Amino acid sequence: MAAKMIIDLTKTFPGRPPIRVRLQYPIETSAIMILFGPSGSGKTTVLRSVAGLEWPEQGTIQFSSSTWLDTAGGVRVAPQARQIGYMAQDYALFPTHTVAGNIAYGLGKLAAFDRKKRVDEMLELFQLHGLGGVRPRELSGGQQQRVALARAVASRPQLLLLDEPLSALDAPTRLQLRGELRSLLKQLAIPSIIVTHDWAETLTLGDAMAVMSGGAVLQTGTPQDVFSRPANVEVARVVGVETVAQGSIVEVREELATVQVGAVSLTAIATPELDSDVFVCIRAEDVTLELAGSVETSARNHLQGTVKAITSLGALAQVTILCGFPLTAVITRSALNELGLTLGTTVTARFKAGSVHLIPRR
Amino acid sequence: MNWTAIWVTFKLASLTAGALVVIGLPIAYWVSFSRWRWKFFIQSIVALPLVLPPTVLGFYILVAIGPHSPIGQLYSDLVGHPLPFTFEGLLFASILYSLPFAVQPFAAAFEQVDRKLIEASWTLGVSRLGTFFKLVLPLSKAGILTGMVLSFAHTLGEFGVVLMVGGNIEGVTRTVSIDIYDEVQALNYAGAAKTALLLLVVSYGTLVLVYAINRKVWAVWPQK
Repeated sequence: MAAKMIIDLTKTFPGRPPIRVRLQYPIETSAIMILFGPSGSGKTTVLRSVAGLEWPEQGTIQFSSSTWLDTAGGVRVAPQARQIGYMAQDYALFPTHTVAGNIAYGLGKLAAFDRKKRVDEMLELFQLHGLGGVRPRELSGGQQQRVALARAVASRPQLLLLDEPLSALDAPTRLQLRGELRSLLKQLAIPSIIVTHDWAETLTLGDAMAVMSGGAVLQTGTPQDVFSRPANVEVARVVGVETVAQGSIVEVREELATVQVGAVSLTAIATPELDSDVFVCIRAEDVTLELAGSVETSARNHLQGTVKAITSLGALAQVTILCGFPLTAVITRSALNELGLTLGTTVTARFKAGSVHLIPRR
Repeated sequence: MNWTAIWVTFKLASLTAGALVVIGLPIAYWVSFSRWRWKFFIQSIVALPLVLPPTVLGFYILVAIGPHSPIGQLYSDLVGHPLPFTFEGLLFASILYSLPFAVQPFAAAFEQVDRKLIEASWTLGVSRLGTFFKLVLPLSKAGILTGMVLSFAHTLGEFGVVLMVGGNIEGVTRTVSIDIYDEVQALNYAGAAKTALLLLVVSYGTLVLVYAINRKVWAVWPQK
């Protein structure tokens, strides 16, 4: 039987809805699990409970063959005994220690020689050469993030827990580190759980994801599955990106990329660091629908397709059309009625190149 | 100047400040980190010497360590002489009297330590005690120095408790403040003035030290 992670817990904070989470998934070396949800959804509490920093009133947490928490059986394993790497959102670097001191902090059990060797390895791996003697506050945000990660993995933990690892960075650095983080984690080959509210991060980093909202897990699956096939309206609202398709960039000209998705090609804004394999993400709000055969507009992408599904969202309706790939649009109910859309109607979907988000796919 | 009294006083103040580091740190740690709901009762007991008249405190200590109390009896059985009116008895009283002056700055410093740093230390496999020595203590050094200096200075000037518990024995329990009182009683204002000036200078010096420590010296002198 494959090793499993079992999280089943109840935790209440005064004045907030209780967090009741059940999550179970097979642990694979280097697999990255994403806990995705808006702030207040309880995802950080779950991560902290797995770290042993939060004590649920009730529940069990099992990692492979070790039980970390079993309230019924009176098992409460201290964070020190769980052999985990944990990185807090603001990194929590020790201001009293140098970079090397921070990385060496949890390596007290190693002999001095091995410790020094491990610290040097980490400085090398995380591109921090020459910064060993520097205090954390003298570093840039990206460097601090790498020190925190180096410190968390220095003792070779069996599970890595990252709380919003990129959110403290400015946007350009975040974009750059997103890809780096993925390859680093794959290189380290430690099973990880990452908490985030950013769908682009989820698609880049995650092998699997659990969508959380209001203290409960709403859906689990691969990121592409969850984003393109949300189990219900609530998940669709939480994830915010309705169309995720696999594509490849065939041409880049004048900063516009031509992306082939199945039989159709789309125009998107090109970003320099992309490989050719991408996820194409389009938010439903950015898609307009009209009956086939209309005039030219400024929108770069117009795709003809047939209506495959219509879901009511109160005053809005979610319309999925097949135009080489399933594309979801959100329009008002009155527009739905005016256009007379029903299943099978032929429509043209339009969206601007800037609405097509390209996320690298490894 | 009565150099014997000055020696006794400085010895008493140093030993008190030293003992309060040993006793005060665990109490302060408990006060800042315990989640016990009735904690405030203990906090109030620790702070009691701040508001209690020294003579009242002295009276209770005297009774508590006297030959008729269990503590006093145990002490005289072990050591061979009773505790009141000895230097050891005076030290005991001084420790209790200056307890809040050490514990409160210690506890305030511990509370300033970001809990996230402590949690990070735990997840790195370092025990609670290890975290205290490797992380909490270095981060609280300004508060700990403040507590030591304040309890030292406070012991220098104590009068009521000394008189009640220590009496006025030359070379044993006669401290500077009692010496000044004796000089004034004997109308020797010149002698009193010299000793008083010394105490004033030392007290001012220690307060300068406290404020200097808490002015974030390290922002001015970056440490390497």
